Amino acid sequence: MTAVRARGSLRRRLLLQLLLVAAILSVALYFTVRALAQQAAETTQDNILIASATAISEAARAERGQILVDVPYSALSMLGSIAEERVFYRVTADALTVTGYDDLPAPDAATETGNPVFTTAIYRDDEVRIAALPRRLTVGDETVILTVLVAQTRLGLAAVSLQISIAAAAAGVGFFLLSGALSWFATNNAMRPLNRLAKSVERRGPQDLSPVETSAPTELVPLLQSLNTFMGRLSASLARTEDFIAEAAHHVRTPLATVRTQSEIAMRSVRKPENKQILREVIRAADESSRSAGQLLDHAMVALRSDNLEKERLNMKDLAQDVIRSISPTADMKDIRISCSGSDTTSAVEGDPILLQNALRNLLDNAVKYSPEDSRIKVEISEAASTVRVDVLDEGRGLGDGDRSHLTERFGRGDNVRDVIGSGLGLTIVDEVVRAHGGSLALTDNQESRGTCASITLPSA
Amino acid sequence: MRFLLIEDNEKLAKAIVDRLGLDGHVVDHAPDLETAGDCLASTGYELILLDIMLPDGDGRTFLERHRTGDNDTPVIVLTARSEVSDRVRMLDLGADDYITKPFDFSELEARCRAVLRRRQGAARNQKTFEDVVFDPLAGTVAVAGNVSDLRNRELRLLEVFFSAPDMIFSKSHLVDRLFSYDEDVSENAIEVYVGRVRKKLQGGRVKIETVRGVGYRMTAL
Repeated sequence: MTAVRARGSLRRRLLLQLLLVAAILSVALYFTVRALAQQAAETTQDNILIASATAISEAARAERGQILVDVPYSALSMLGSIAEERVFYRVTADALTVTGYDDLPAPDAATETGNPVFTTAIYRDDEVRIAALPRRLTVGDETVILTVLVAQTRLGLAAVSLQISIAAAAAGVGFFLLSGALSWFATNNAMRPLNRLAKSVERRGPQDLSPVETSAPTELVPLLQSLNTFMGRLSASLARTEDFIAEAAHHVRTPLATVRTQSEIAMRSVRKPENKQILREVIRAADESSRSAGQLLDHAMVALRSDNLEKERLNMKDLAQDVIRSISPTADMKDIRISCSGSDTTSAVEGDPILLQNALRNLLDNAVKYSPEDSRIKVEISEAASTVRVDVLDEGRGLGDGDRSHLTERFGRGDNVRDVIGSGLGLTIVDEVVRAHGGSLALTDNQESRGTCASITLPSA
Repeated sequence: MRFLLIEDNEKLAKAIVDRLGLDGHVVDHAPDLETAGDCLASTGYELILLDIMLPDGDGRTFLERHRTGDNDTPVIVLTARSEVSDRVRMLDLGADDYITKPFDFSELEARCRAVLRRRQGAARNQKTFEDVVFDPLAGTVAVAGNVSDLRNRELRLLEVFFSAPDMIFSKSHLVDRLFSYDEDVSENAIEVYVGRVRKKLQGGRVKIETVRGVGYRMTAL
């Protein structure tokens, strides 16, 4: 089976997107908080400046054609809350400076509109905030525009805005972390139905191709539906394959059975040895084709089943005895006795009963086939620490001296058995079944007498 | 013995009926399940040979009905299906044994005998000649009360002799009966088995006689 290649993770994608949104929101939060706070600080400064200017402006009066301004102490003291902050003021009548720093820049807009105006300018190497408050003052017969300018350096404000920035940044980071954690929880939560679905599919037995009937979120329903359709198709196709195998066997074997039976009857009536020999060849050919057909189909079945083993707890001795019972009439024909020894209760393995029966049957079939008349076949079941071993010992012709490694290959047969009907698939099937169960097959010489010892070793349950 | 053969392939069925007939068995042939039902209703059988794929139904449904109907005639399934799972299912449904097509008649006979032995166990179909009692189902021969077990080929040999005491059987006939057809056996092999059977008949009033140039016969001393 090919492995599924993972390309990107849905969970990571969702998480990254949520985190990106959180990051954007955090940055926006940072700038918004900073801007709002700065604006609030500026407004506060502006309000104090205007209050101060108002106080000065209200203190100005015209007396005998002259403008008198007594700058009240409170007007400036309300500004001096921060030690390093420097305060400047200037009072102008039209363009003339009445009192104060006469180089303090005056915004023109103030005199024109008559409303207070704020500007920011560089004055004496520092950034200052200047509030200009115009007032109409009647001096004698004339009306002059008296403008009070109050300026304050922005050092304090800069400090305040730094603090605000730090706080805003902390808020931003905090927000990001919090939403990160929430995103993580949300992602996991959103993925839970997917995981649940995956688990429920994983939990089913290998032969279970029934539709998945777990409830799922709307978005997963199309996936589930197509999964169910697919499983339906798969199980239909598997059933078709199995039926085909059975049908094929039926159609191949029934005519072969007719050929064989007719030949057997003909054999009774012919007298000439040559004719008997011909009929014997016909029977042999029929047997050979039917055996090959059977083994090929068995092999297909083993391949089909060993991909998805249906495991259950089995007692090897019971299994062996079943197989021996079914094969003993054939053995009887050659007067071969089959004995079975081993522990009754504990030789348990986890496995597919049909496959293991098939494997044992093939071993015993071989043993009977290659054993001489009137001999014994011993089936010995033994247990080691974590394995169950089944030895099938015969008194046949043995494995021969040729290369033994190809005996388990497809259609591989020993050099010394050409005269016996066989397809060369029996041991391949045994080998495949045993390997699918995590065990091994070994072929050795029978130590007690001439013949073969075929052993399968399986992990015990 | 009386057999019921349920098989839809005419040629094969005829061949089986002929072949079993040669051994002296009576075989009724039913090409479908309906006929099989009629046969079973009208007479008793010692054994049923059942094919699986039949025109009017599945042999397995027949098997199920047969077993639930409290009918204990043994059934041997003639299957062309090779799948082990299929065979296991058939045994679970109540078949006594199965044999895969095409089959060796000697194997079919061996299986029939094994099934009948398992089913009936008790001595039945015993044949007596003088003081020798031959029980093919139990696979024993008793000479003046001394019972000895018989190997398969000894049993088959005695079956032939007991079917017609005093008749002469040729060596080639005996080879046909004792060995499967794909076995290339010389007629001398028969002597081995005749020798063994003679040994088991010792002490009784029965002997197997060599008729020079013709064959053997069982006769009273």
